[in-house]
Amino acid sequence: MTQSNRLDGGLINRDRPINFTFDDIPYQGFKGDTLASALLANNVRLMGRSFKYHRPRGPLTASSEEPNAIVELRDGARKEPNTRATTAELFEGLTAKSQNRWPSLAFDMMAINDRFSSFLAAGFYYKTFMWPAAFWEKLYEPIIRRAAGLGSAALEPDPDSYDKGFLHCDFLITGAGPTGLMAALTAGRAGAQVILADEDSLVGGRLNCETITVNDQAGSDWVRAVQAELADMPNVRIMTRTTVIGAFDHGIYGALERVSDHLPVPANGKPRQILWRIYSKRSLLAAGAIERPIAFEQNDRPGIMLASALRAYANRWAATPAQQIAIFTNNDDGYRSAADLQAKGVSVAAVIDTRPDAQTSAEWEVLAGATIVNTSGRRGLTGIQVKLADGSVRHIKCGAVGVSGGWNPNVHLASHQRGRPEWHAEIAAFGPGQNLPQGMSVAGAAAGHLSTYGALKSGVEGATAVLADLGKAATAPELPQAEDAPVKITPFWHVAGAKRAWLDQQNDVTAKDVKLAHQENFVSVEHLKRYTTLGMATDQGKTSNMGGLAIMSELAGKPIPQVGTTIFRPPYTPTAIGAFAGRSRDADFRPVRKTPSHTWAEEQNAVFVEVGMWLRAQWFPRTGETHWRQSVDREVLQTRKSVGICDVTTLGKIDVQGADAATFLNKIYCNPFAKVPVGKVRYGLMLREDGIAMDDGTAARLAEDHFVVTTTTANAVGVYRHMEFVRQCLFPDLDVQLISTTEAWAQYSVAGPNARALLKKVVDPEHDISNEAFPYMACGEVSVGQVRSRLFRISFSGEMAYEIAVPTRYGDALIRRLVEAGKEFDAVVYGTEALGVMRIEKGHAAGNELNGTTSALNLGMGRMVNKKKDSIGSTLSKRDGMNGPDALKLVGLKPVDPSKPVPAGAHLMTKGSPVDAAHDQGYVTSACYSPNLGHHIALAFLRSGDSRLGEVIRLVSPLTGQDHDVEVVSAHFIDPEGDRLRV
Amino acid sequence: MSDLHKKWSATDVNNNYISVIVTLKESDSMRYSGLRVIKEALTGHKGWSPAWRDATPKPEYDIIVIGGGGHGLATAYYLAKIYGQRRVAVLEKGWIGGGNVGRNTTIIRSNYMLDGNEPFYEFSLKLWEGLEQDLNYNAMVSQRGILNLIHSDAQRDAFVRRGNAMMLNGADADLMTTQQIKKKYPFLNTTDARFPIKGGLAQHRGGTVRHDAVAWGYARAADQQGVDIIQNCEVTGFIMENGTCCGVETTRGTIRATKVASCVAGSSGRVMEMAGLRLPIESHVLQAFVSEGLKPLLPGVITFGAGHFYCSQSDKGGLVFGGDIDGYNSYAQRGNLPVVEDVCEGGMAIFPMLGRIRLLRMWGGIMDMSMDGSPIIDRTSIDGLYFNGGWCYGGFKATPASGYAYAHLLARDEPHPTATAYRFDRFNRGLMIDEKGMGNQPNLH
Amino acid sequence: MIIEHPLLGPRDASEFTYMGDAALIHRPDWTATTAVQDFADYGYLRDNPAGRHRELWFHEGGDRSWLVVTRDTTTHAITSVELARDVARREGRSR
Repeated sequence: MTQSNRLDGGLINRDRPINFTFDDIPYQGFKGDTLASALLANNVRLMGRSFKYHRPRGPLTASSEEPNAIVELRDGARKEPNTRATTAELFEGLTAKSQNRWPSLAFDMMAINDRFSSFLAAGFYYKTFMWPAAFWEKLYEPIIRRAAGLGSAALEPDPDSYDKGFLHCDFLITGAGPTGLMAALTAGRAGAQVILADEDSLVGGRLNCETITVNDQAGSDWVRAVQAELADMPNVRIMTRTTVIGAFDHGIYGALERVSDHLPVPANGKPRQILWRIYSKRSLLAAGAIERPIAFEQNDRPGIMLASALRAYANRWAATPAQQIAIFTNNDDGYRSAADLQAKGVSVAAVIDTRPDAQTSAEWEVLAGATIVNTSGRRGLTGIQVKLADGSVRHIKCGAVGVSGGWNPNVHLASHQRGRPEWHAEIAAFGPGQNLPQGMSVAGAAAGHLSTYGALKSGVEGATAVLADLGKAATAPELPQAEDAPVKITPFWHVAGAKRAWLDQQNDVTAKDVKLAHQENFVSVEHLKRYTTLGMATDQGKTSNMGGLAIMSELAGKPIPQVGTTIFRPPYTPTAIGAFAGRSRDADFRPVRKTPSHTWAEEQNAVFVEVGMWLRAQWFPRTGETHWRQSVDREVLQTRKSVGICDVTTLGKIDVQGADAATFLNKIYCNPFAKVPVGKVRYGLMLREDGIAMDDGTAARLAEDHFVVTTTTANAVGVYRHMEFVRQCLFPDLDVQLISTTEAWAQYSVAGPNARALLKKVVDPEHDISNEAFPYMACGEVSVGQVRSRLFRISFSGEMAYEIAVPTRYGDALIRRLVEAGKEFDAVVYGTEALGVMRIEKGHAAGNELNGTTSALNLGMGRMVNKKKDSIGSTLSKRDGMNGPDALKLVGLKPVDPSKPVPAGAHLMTKGSPVDAAHDQGYVTSACYSPNLGHHIALAFLRSGDSRLGEVIRLVSPLTGQDHDVEVVSAHFIDPEGDRLRV
Repeated sequence: MSDLHKKWSATDVNNNYISVIVTLKESDSMRYSGLRVIKEALTGHKGWSPAWRDATPKPEYDIIVIGGGGHGLATAYYLAKIYGQRRVAVLEKGWIGGGNVGRNTTIIRSNYMLDGNEPFYEFSLKLWEGLEQDLNYNAMVSQRGILNLIHSDAQRDAFVRRGNAMMLNGADADLMTTQQIKKKYPFLNTTDARFPIKGGLAQHRGGTVRHDAVAWGYARAADQQGVDIIQNCEVTGFIMENGTCCGVETTRGTIRATKVASCVAGSSGRVMEMAGLRLPIESHVLQAFVSEGLKPLLPGVITFGAGHFYCSQSDKGGLVFGGDIDGYNSYAQRGNLPVVEDVCEGGMAIFPMLGRIRLLRMWGGIMDMSMDGSPIIDRTSIDGLYFNGGWCYGGFKATPASGYAYAHLLARDEPHPTATAYRFDRFNRGLMIDEKGMGNQPNLH
Repeated sequence: MIIEHPLLGPRDASEFTYMGDAALIHRPDWTATTAVQDFADYGYLRDNPAGRHRELWFHEGGDRSWLVVTRDTTTHAITSVELARDVARREGRSR
């Protein structure tokens, strides 16, 4: 196909033809084209279908506020639904497909909706589809869901990568049009650190789209000169293809740089996009203005677009939607489009000006006081009907209409912190209000200065004020010469009497829908939006909200500013979810913490499990073991029979030092700590201030003024934070210092009857670790191969056990030495599963029991809460509701039929009572198969459990299909007297 | 409406594509129905009346509900419909439905674990199931199911306990395998997820509801029961006489009442401060997000169990998603970028195909974060003044039951049987209802 | 948000962990006869103002100091940042 609608000139590179396809038809455009401009040049106006009525649509704009020309760009895993053809830069091999149509864009069966549009008025679905109730999910909703939606998403993982970056500057300028350029020049010359960001691939803004001159140069030439000067300034960073998407607190902005979207695929090693977080001291919003349409009958046909878009396509992209056009305007700006198009050889059939006093012209026919009352052309405009001032109707043949209803300052970012725009009567539009985000000011067209000169001047003034604020001296650059036309506009929002006049073209909201909303009392702007869906489409109402508001103002008989305005929410334009996620996805979603024995464990083919950020060995399968239980049972049995080794590095470790260390721990733990002797370890239960158990662990007193506290793996961070709170905020004068040493020490548990024999081979011989010299709950500094180590005689498994710690860098060496030394005892290395089995056998509480709702009393440790001292949580533990006679108590359970499991999460019922929530007696917290006992066992919280030992109760788990009897027993299944610990 | 018995022929007034003949009865004049939609379509939609009247405040009511959100409007509706209260007003400082009922992620479910909660939320889900017929308003209650993913054994244990609690309370629950889940969500990352998916707990009766429609449906139905809905009427003070609350001062004048019922989640602190009350509540901002419209992709609601991300797809096609609260006290109705990133990271962790789908809009709502993560529906220490709040970010699904239970309390002066635990004094007594086990730190619930 | 750390200068809020009202510094006297009620009020009731709010932030990803930040909950504007320890001492936690 030839580029039959290609004009002369433009900022495209005719030496670089580019091949692309749209709906599988090949076309050619040029470097510098957008998909929309290239299609228009190829005489394609129909680019999409609307959301509800599936009306044929072409581009309304030439920019990112586009509601209509949205396509599925690329294919396969890189498919990008809902991509605006007006901003998609053309690249070699680009493929695009129209969307929301079936079977094809030209013949869309769903366009039947348009025939039934009067049945589908605003909010119709709230009034029907209610009978019968069950039909909603089965019948109505699937139909609605299929008909709705726009593009379809790729179902494969996004193959591209995204980066995040952080930038700091004195001055962020959003928008590199005339205002932004002058502001950057002013601030750059004054030495400020400046970031100038623009969503476009070119700097210059509207100057690239106009025939306006600056200092007697073509606007775009003046832009290149300024750009060159800025590019030479090391303190100025120009960021093109970068959309400032949101204004957040304290001068922080989000910005999306589209690094590779203009390329077939990202260059090797490059991300597709970068999400920048820009920290600015001040910012200037110079985002220009957005032209708004006028609503009239059948105003949505392909070819009808904003007047500014029409001349942007002609001037910048040398493309026109048609060879004969008309202009429909209520202000002088519309005439620029007529002039520019005509200068490019396009025929201007008429300028229809709603103002009765519009001046006639020698260049083209001006129809003053006239309006468009209808249009024709099924898949593209073929003609319009114009109602003249005298009431007669004239048919005019044309393939495009440029509509200008005036300009709205682009205040999107100014309202991201819920500041409300204010009405500026002189331009009949909302401009920025008073409550701007911290550090932001607004300049240029965004502030209502709509002439070129006004924008240039406003840019200088805006920057000068910012520089003064920042304490930097500024010499304002000389202002270039440029047009300074006043805004001449007579507000005109919609042609009265239209049956179907579109406001929100994507969501198919018409003037009539606004009327219906008003009639049904959806009068507040927010009700209007929500009831009609006005402004809720992918363009977020940038071109449509004003029209809806104006019509509501007419209906309500109130001036527009009294009807109100909607505010905008981030992001400025829709932003890829992948960009917000950056590299944190899939396997890299969160960092991995590895224990010091990780490499060794990998060598042993360990199976790993995620424990928070940690990866821990879950079990160590040996040759011939085909089921995890075989490995775990072996690890448990061998540990209890001889000796086992386990990496417990992940436990939190907190060093507590200072003269008041014991006093401090006495506050932290509910049980007494003031008198722990040096060289001893004590088990401690830590409560939250509300009396609920926070964590448990041990504190080893290595010296008068030095404790080492351990926490559970899961709570390491929270416990440390809590201890710092108590230290800094509650008892600021205690002489105590804390530091987390979790990563500093590798720690292994060596447990089982042969634990001491094994350790004796490892610990340097000058240290006596005999039962007499180093009894149960002893601790001390030892050495291993002359490496400083710590030894703790503590046990989680219930066996005679030690935990030995060395500086992390020796962790790998130590596990290898322990395993080597253990060979003569047939030592096993065990993982978290065996660890869990042994602690359940022993009846030790862990995460499943310390679940944030259980008190010391529930855990069977009520007596540990010392009443004679003040510790965190001791007072609120006394509340009656936590001490009722039927409080939950930790018990053990074993199945009456030994072959049955006792699954965690099952609930407990008294025998003979109804099985329902009202009779619930408790729940199973932790369960396992005990290889030592030969049946399943479990820990559970049971009402008054401590007085029900021996009772047979009913275990029910309807979710997993169990219902059988279990016996309540002591939670200590193994060695209840603790003899093994002390040998 | 004399022409309602007339036979309507589509060809008379519309075009040739359809031919429908409809007869409407007189009693249908206020009701919404498919036939009515057709009839109005053929007559230019001239017959639709306001969904609710804009009432002017009367000098006195029996019961004043402060707050025209979902809960307030539901309270008024049930007060009139179930408890026969005829002199009820709802006072709304702005426009009805402008609080969290208009800015949530539309999920309904009753998958709670604790005794104090589950019966209440199951009652709520049952009310949702019959709501549209009750209100004669299609709020698009869609029981498409909710699925909580499981990533660890401990999480499975907790979810089994919860699922059992649900079933013992008469709710439905289903423990799904990864294979079953993958069938429903084939693009779920089961190959290289940082936290592999090990199953999920589903409630198939859970789902979504068109949130705005809930407010409008209750408003319309309450209005038809004679409730005065008064917009742009901000309460500026309470009238106290001899320690009893006898009404409110508003921007539209003094309004007296026998009972005053605060129902302003998000603004609870501000309103109750005027009565000199401190609450076990902090206000926090929760952000939510919607993507551009897409053809159907997600069949139900799904939540990530190892990060902050949950998602469903609206009937319009947008993916509606959210995560955790920003975490600091705020009344600003907007949040910050780190949480946006955190939520999207969670999304990409389980659905790596989301990368090229675009986030269209982000917004923030103010959550009444209570001290144990559970709500309060109770009398206050001041006679005549009642309180409903502390919904954290679970308020939307509770709307029908909250309104029902609050109406019960207001009418009978005793708690509704499903809401007996939602009392102020539970904190003094140590009877917290702490589903997440986070204690008295509201931003962790 | 940016928190102007009194020792470290401006730091991004994402380095911090939030706790809540700085009134949590004022832990009641456990020996008082009304201690249980006092602790319940301390633990559970909040002023929760719309406006100026003094609150505790922990520099988890930094120097691990607790800070008292004075911030407006309607605008998020921060007007002062102090070390919580200094505040605690000043407000009577020294003993």
